[in-house]
Amino acid sequence: MERFGALIIDSITSLGDFLLFLMNAGAYVVLPPYKPRLAVRQVRIIGADSLLLIVLIGAFTGMVLGLQGYNTLRRFGSEGALGTVVALVLVRELGPVLAALMIAARAGSAMAAELGSMQASEQIDALTVMAINPVQYLVSPRLLAGVISFPLLTSVFDVIGIWGGYAVGVGLMGAPGGSYLNGIAQNMTGNDVTTGLYKSLVFGVVVMWVCCYKGYHAQRMATGVSRATTEAVVLSSVLILASDYVLTSLLL
Amino acid sequence: MAGANHNHQRGRNAIEVRELRRRFDRQQVLNGVNVDCPTGMITTIVGPSGCGKTVLLKHMNLLLRPDSGSVVIDGDEITRMRGRELDRVREKFGMLFQAGALFDSMTVRDNVAFPLVEQTRLRPAAIEAKVKETLAAVGLDGVGRKYPSELSGGMQKRVALARALVREPKILMLDEPTTGLDPTRISAIHTLVRETQQKFDLSAVMVSHDVPDVFEISDRVAFMHDGKVHLYGTVDEVMNAHDERFEHFLKGKAEGVEHELGPGR
Repeated sequence: MERFGALIIDSITSLGDFLLFLMNAGAYVVLPPYKPRLAVRQVRIIGADSLLLIVLIGAFTGMVLGLQGYNTLRRFGSEGALGTVVALVLVRELGPVLAALMIAARAGSAMAAELGSMQASEQIDALTVMAINPVQYLVSPRLLAGVISFPLLTSVFDVIGIWGGYAVGVGLMGAPGGSYLNGIAQNMTGNDVTTGLYKSLVFGVVVMWVCCYKGYHAQRMATGVSRATTEAVVLSSVLILASDYVLTSLLL
Repeated sequence: MAGANHNHQRGRNAIEVRELRRRFDRQQVLNGVNVDCPTGMITTIVGPSGCGKTVLLKHMNLLLRPDSGSVVIDGDEITRMRGRELDRVREKFGMLFQAGALFDSMTVRDNVAFPLVEQTRLRPAAIEAKVKETLAAVGLDGVGRKYPSELSGGMQKRVALARALVREPKILMLDEPTTGLDPTRISAIHTLVRETQQKFDLSAVMVSHDVPDVFEISDRVAFMHDGKVHLYGTVDEVMNAHDERFEHFLKGKAEGVEHELGPGR
């Protein structure tokens, strides 16, 4: 019984820690002293270095959508709507979610591992003793970089995906090309685009927050770092999809 | 070169620890620790593995907060401090961590320059000069461009020592600076610490396993056992105290084996 009670208390304490961590890191993004160079470096690591992966996944996703979409729409004689379908699905849903999952798996896990091994080798303690706030120095730049990178990468994903859908649906399967592109122009609204971008912003915060937290609080042993990395990716993924539902119902 | 004038009030303690208590989960690691680290001297903390030496050291710069008790640095009680007040106290410290804790994404030169870049407004030329000077003082010229992973363990520790010294701290803290090094390196590091302490006129507190070698440079020794400082004094006082636990500890060290004494003895 006592152990159960202790478990509940520990869970609530951890949750509180988790939230405070985000508030702390977020505060330091806007409070001086500013360290723009650190944020720029993180944008390169999280954003620019993930570009190739995003292009690849975006292309394949678009291509599959083109294929599946064409097959399904043909049953109703609505091949002309392919462009609309591919574009809306990507921009509203798959773009933000898949891009976030990919970045979490790649950059997020690396971040958790890096912070985890810094914690294990006392580098974070070293910062503290030098009167430098480790959260401000390590986490805030990453948070800011996430907010900048995620929407940009999502946009790239969307565009590449739409072209992938075109390549397969129109080029390969023979759907009408003019309708594909016109459909998008006529049926996509600003709201669709902003929905997708808001989602990617939220995902950016969530992924950076979770991965930095897990790495920062890794246990100081070899298994500690690997466990932190795994938990970071798993928790990021779960939270991406859970918040996706919440955001979709709010923004719809 | 003249050491920085720290306006020491000789006879005062750089660090005073009173009745420090700290528990981790179910273990009472610090059980009422009392120790003084006099200004301008090297105080060494020794004891069997797991007696709480590193935990004690980490309480002195408030990396860890005690459950109860006090830590007084240069006359200021620090256990309740936070934020900028605490930062100002921390600026008095330079710390050498057990494995060096160098930032692996930076070169040696950037590591040593880091405290100056982040905490002072020195111009790049002045920083460069200070880094060179400090690296030379620890006997490491010309490794500035290398990364920590490219250096041997002993060199990494010396870089870490340079980083700890580059802002000429009042109080140098060393966590097992010689553990894992070969015997020639050990005596070189000990000599380096003593020379540095004299050259920069600082106070030092050192946790060490290298007993009795470390006694050569210790002005004060604190022997910890069961979460308390069991024995404290100059090397002579401690060696002549004929304390059973301490002698058992020394004997164990000499044989290269560590025995755990039961509470009844």
